[in-house]
Amino acid sequence: MIRQVASRFLTRPTAAAAVVTIRRPFSTEVTDSSSGDTAFVEAWKKVVPNIDPPRTPSQYMQPRPPTPSTLPTKLTVNFVLPYASELSGKEVDMVIVPATTGQMGILPGHVPTIAELKPGLLSVHEGNEVKKYFISSGFAFVHPNSYADILAVEAVPLDKVDPAEVQAGLNKFTQKLSSASTELEKAEAQIGVDVHSALNFALTG
Amino acid sequence: PLKSGPISFTRKVGVGPSDHINVGCECDYQRYFKAFELQQIDQKSPKLTLLFRNTKPVTPMAMAALRREGRRFVPLVSSPRPINAIQSTLAPAEEQVGLGVRSISTQIVRNRMKSVKNIQKITKAMKMVAASKLRAIQVRAENSRGLWQPFTALLGDTPSVSVKKNVIVTISSDKGLCGGINSTSVKISRALHKINSGPDAECKYVVLGEKAKAQLIRDSKKHIELTMTELQKNFLNYTQVSVIADDILKNVEYDALRIVFNKFQSVVSFLPTTATVLSPEVVERESEAGGKIGSLDSYEIEGGETKSEVLQNLSEFQFSCVMFNGVLENACSEQGARMSAMDSSSRNAGDMLDRLTLTYNRTRQASITTELTEIISGASALEG
Repeated sequence: MIRQVASRFLTRPTAAAAVVTIRRPFSTEVTDSSSGDTAFVEAWKKVVPNIDPPRTPSQYMQPRPPTPSTLPTKLTVNFVLPYASELSGKEVDMVIVPATTGQMGILPGHVPTIAELKPGLLSVHEGNEVKKYFISSGFAFVHPNSYADILAVEAVPLDKVDPAEVQAGLNKFTQKLSSASTELEKAEAQIGVDVHSALNFALTG
Repeated sequence: PLKSGPISFTRKVGVGPSDHINVGCECDYQRYFKAFELQQIDQKSPKLTLLFRNTKPVTPMAMAALRREGRRFVPLVSSPRPINAIQSTLAPAEEQVGLGVRSISTQIVRNRMKSVKNIQKITKAMKMVAASKLRAIQVRAENSRGLWQPFTALLGDTPSVSVKKNVIVTISSDKGLCGGINSTSVKISRALHKINSGPDAECKYVVLGEKAKAQLIRDSKKHIELTMTELQKNFLNYTQVSVIADDILKNVEYDALRIVFNKFQSVVSFLPTTATVLSPEVVERESEAGGKIGSLDSYEIEGGETKSEVLQNLSEFQFSCVMFNGVLENACSEQGARMSAMDSSSRNAGDMLDRLTLTYNRTRQASITTELTEIISGASALEG
């Protein structure tokens, strides 16, 4: 996906390109050209009438659809990372996220939830295919309209993870934990052990 | 140091083929003028132009002295109608205007042309550099745009919230020559400060980037809580931004953080934007009061810790995500603005160069004409 986006940019001329015709994921061309939050604009105009009020993020976003009355059949998933949007608006059957309380499955019509995630396995089920990612911690929101937002800091497709490296890393960090002296070192080693054991579990489990 | 006093030029009367016109003067100009051989002038040739080219460059000292004392003698330098000027001053100034002064004026114009051409080259190069940097960072900024959308979908967008402790985080660039984007950000920050400070509300600044710091420190020094510069020295990445966000959250007390940056829409358009991140207590307060965040209670909190801890983590994560996107967008806007600024600068330099070339040619031709008329009149005086 990153390659696609990058290749689209390389073909674009560097001169001013005012109109973007390619619809990119999470493209935030200014969709709402109205004034946005009216209370804010009014407060602004009272104090600073000469300057145009700045825009706010809601003006750059497509509004989410309202809660449907019947149960939707598919779950719409947005899986975002700081450097890419892995999945945006993808309709799937089920998503399993590694919440801090354990693996949590999200189906269409799930009760609205805010879940904190720990390093673990994220799997996206669509029909018969399952895509697995190992994610570092993050957050998952499930909205009443069967939209699920999963935010993670790092994600790696599971087939790119090397089991030998994982084992070696686990051993290294366990050793560091036992030989750690300061609190900081202990915390760092603990984090390393957690992540590597989760990776191990994800690979084997 | 120049000797004060009027410049006087000595000149041999009687001009013939083997004569020597020597331009000398009491001051230091003497060093800078070559003696011209008359036979060369006699040939009325392109060698005249060669002579001009062979003169040594004029030092700034000489130029300054010329300017001080030479206004009477050098009407040629930047006047729009040099021919008339020469003709009018020819009579009284004939004794005084020597060959060397002519070549000074063309030298001056030529030096100016050289420097303007250099400036044009430099600004063109800067534009290319900014274009390539823009291409690289634009991809990353567009990819990071998905990051803050879930938060806005969940918590809504509340720029008009009124809280006691406001903190305005202004994102700007470190380097200049990027048009007006930094001034815009500072204007918006000052306006937000004005709106949000009142009898029971205080407003502080956290400044990222040299340019906004320089502008804000002039009149709002006591309101600035924290400044950070040289963000783009290392490649911008999420880890760095999250460390910065952590620093800000630890050192600054806040109820609402208002991040001001320029969002990149296209190479010529940058939209000033403000994103608001609320502290967890304010989120709870607003959700109880209803409004945009009203439905937060309907969300179940899945997490090992208590609800308030999860909301705290959520708010901090939101701040770092919004900051990351803001910093990338601002960097994009900076490169785009620099591209257009350098482009207009090279265009202006090109225009200036055209005008200077015209002036130079006119000056040169006028001085050749003067020289020719002198020779001819001298020759005819000899014959007649």
